[in-house]
Amino acid sequence: MKADPRGVLTGTHFLDGDHACCEGALAAGARFAAGYPITPSTEVVERFAARVPTVGGCFIQMEDELAASIALQGGVWGGAKAFTVTSGPGFSLMMEHIGYAAMTETPCVFVDVQRGGPSTGLPTLPAQADMMQARWGSHGDYEIIALCPNSPQECFDLTIQAFNFAEEFRVPVMFMMDEVVGHMTEKVVIPPADEIDVTPRKHTHKSVEDYLPYSTNGDMVPEMAHAGDGYNFHVTGLTHDEHGYPNMTPQVQDKLVRRLQNKIRSAADRICLFEEDRLDDADVVVVSYGITSRVAQRAIDAARDQGLKVGKLRLITAWPFPEKKIAELAAHVKAFVVPELNLGQMVHEVKRAADGNAKTFAVSHAGGAVHNPDEILNTIVEASRC
Amino acid sequence: MAKGRVSIVVERCKACGFCVEFCPTHVLALSSAFNSKGYHPPHVVHPEKCSGCDLCGMYCPDFAINGTKIPQATAQQAAGGEK
Amino acid sequence: MLNILDNRLDNRPDNTPDDTVNPVEQFLRSDRMPHIWCPGCGIGTTVNSFAHALIESKIDLQSLALVSGIGCTGRVAGYVKLDSFHTTHGRAIPFATGLKLANPKLNVVVYSGDGDLSAIGGNHLIHAARRNIDLKVICVNNLIYAMTGGQTAPTTPSHATTSTNPYGTFEPAFNLPHLVEAAGAVYVARWTTFHVRQLARSISEAFQKKGFSFIEVISPCPTLYQRRNKMGDGLDAMKYYKEKSKVKHGAPTSEVGLTLNGEIVVGKFVDRDRPDYQTMMRAQYVETLGERYLGDEVETECVCG
Repeated sequence: MKADPRGVLTGTHFLDGDHACCEGALAAGARFAAGYPITPSTEVVERFAARVPTVGGCFIQMEDELAASIALQGGVWGGAKAFTVTSGPGFSLMMEHIGYAAMTETPCVFVDVQRGGPSTGLPTLPAQADMMQARWGSHGDYEIIALCPNSPQECFDLTIQAFNFAEEFRVPVMFMMDEVVGHMTEKVVIPPADEIDVTPRKHTHKSVEDYLPYSTNGDMVPEMAHAGDGYNFHVTGLTHDEHGYPNMTPQVQDKLVRRLQNKIRSAADRICLFEEDRLDDADVVVVSYGITSRVAQRAIDAARDQGLKVGKLRLITAWPFPEKKIAELAAHVKAFVVPELNLGQMVHEVKRAADGNAKTFAVSHAGGAVHNPDEILNTIVEASRC
Repeated sequence: MAKGRVSIVVERCKACGFCVEFCPTHVLALSSAFNSKGYHPPHVVHPEKCSGCDLCGMYCPDFAINGTKIPQATAQQAAGGEK
Repeated sequence: MLNILDNRLDNRPDNTPDDTVNPVEQFLRSDRMPHIWCPGCGIGTTVNSFAHALIESKIDLQSLALVSGIGCTGRVAGYVKLDSFHTTHGRAIPFATGLKLANPKLNVVVYSGDGDLSAIGGNHLIHAARRNIDLKVICVNNLIYAMTGGQTAPTTPSHATTSTNPYGTFEPAFNLPHLVEAAGAVYVARWTTFHVRQLARSISEAFQKKGFSFIEVISPCPTLYQRRNKMGDGLDAMKYYKEKSKVKHGAPTSEVGLTLNGEIVVGKFVDRDRPDYQTMMRAQYVETLGERYLGDEVETECVCG
């Protein structure tokens, strides 16, 4: 399906990442958002609040992030594509509702413009320290999808991708921006609506008698109905059977939770997006994502100038983690260098996926600024000698 | 002559006694019988007094009883045919 | 043990539903009965009044959605044959807000307990009332956290014994009608589970109102509140409600606070009109955006076979 032209601001723009994310959401068909102010993310919903009345839909500023992160899910079951936007402390408050969205299979997008933590931390300065929280922050076993843009253009493009994944898999998608990407202003090209692919909601076509809300018939993603459609369906965060009714047996739990994981894991090859460069002859691979990938680019170029065989793997999808790609590379490279604006998060995933076949070097940074490219370069040099 | 009658789904009853207590015409009493969960459901002790007001149904927290008004023609049969 | 099949318990030929089927039954997920509520619990009784209100108000059932939070009353969503959402603890109101905003044609009922709505969800309660979101909130108040085993709630009357105040509570309790009136609700009533018909009428009236309506229903919790406070069982609670309730329509809500053994003031306390959130929102956008305002109706494209 193509995008609804009402939401698409076709043209060439000079936008910051937050505003580009908003335009991506509108282009993807988001017509409802619930938010709560928090730096450095608020510009996304400020723009949405200004734009959505002229597109058709609404925005509400809720009383806190708990409310915002569940109001958006009410909006989804009311028939809208919906999202919320936050940063560190607010993201922490939203965790329970990420679990609720995963459990109830509510397609929606959570935008997290990452700032320094823990706690109030560095409200106006960047970090990438919510990556593990995005994956594991809610209790219980579940899977989500997380995407990491590294430019305002990607904030537009990948927000659409985030909504499309959310609809296809009926899963909450984490859109993991960072303060620098959110606030940097660059050229953003928004194509015509008929060039934007939008995944429609997987709405059921079954009769009221035949519809079982959580029956999957082999396809791991059930068909959805909206309130008011006449299906009289039930949705609960309790462990539920195909009727959507609570059923608290180990058998039903096993079937449900495994399906929630497998519907994402089995499609990981398709969901895992990455950008690669000069990997063919590489001894060392720099694995990075978000703003850090742009700093790493300079270090990679400098290392190549020195004659070091170094390549780039940029994670666009952080979750599910592209472990297959890392494992393949680990078979013929010496080492991975993983710079990130945290004291070591995704580097552990790289190490796990490399499974001892290649060494792993973290280039940690507590946040508040981006890396000095020399720190990354120095680690590349060290890794090349191992 | 009974103006109404009550229907009881005995297996849903949890013997709270609300229907017995608040029946305005005292039609019901808790039975000495058990349902399969071990509760004593109500039974009709004064069928002729039932007005079919459904207050028992309004009070029953277990959706296990309700009263219905009997159209007058049938009421005569019901009264005559009480088992 | 007596065999119930040999012992007819009604004056019908058998126990199967027939023309005398309970009018409430059409609103229930019969395949989920019996429910989990304890003997003498009042929640099911409130559901009868709710069902009768649906009949009396002739509300379009397809447009009706019911949202619950967590707790004993939170389970109502799982037993009513409506589009029904059992959400997270305290968040029924913000979920319902999103539902209503995304689809303004829906009639949205929030059906939850006192702890869910006024403690963990207290912030949402007052803000939804302030915004005057068009929601019908039915708050079953059993004066305690029941699902978790009888802990003190913000509604537990002073000096009542609970599992977390084993020597008696000493915190003042919320007076919920006063709270929601102050926050902006357009319709506020209180009944007990003894007042089944009055409750049904209040719910019907709330369906006619546009805006934030709040109906508190005092309800027995024989297992945890009555038992722990030596107040007998559910039936004893009902007799107490009958004896101690005083109908005072229009009573100042500041004077309807509950005490451990005292009078229970019931009635319709507030019935006023002010524009609801969506009416105000549309007016504001029309005034400022004129023809550029494209409304709030969301039309989501769906893939349908």
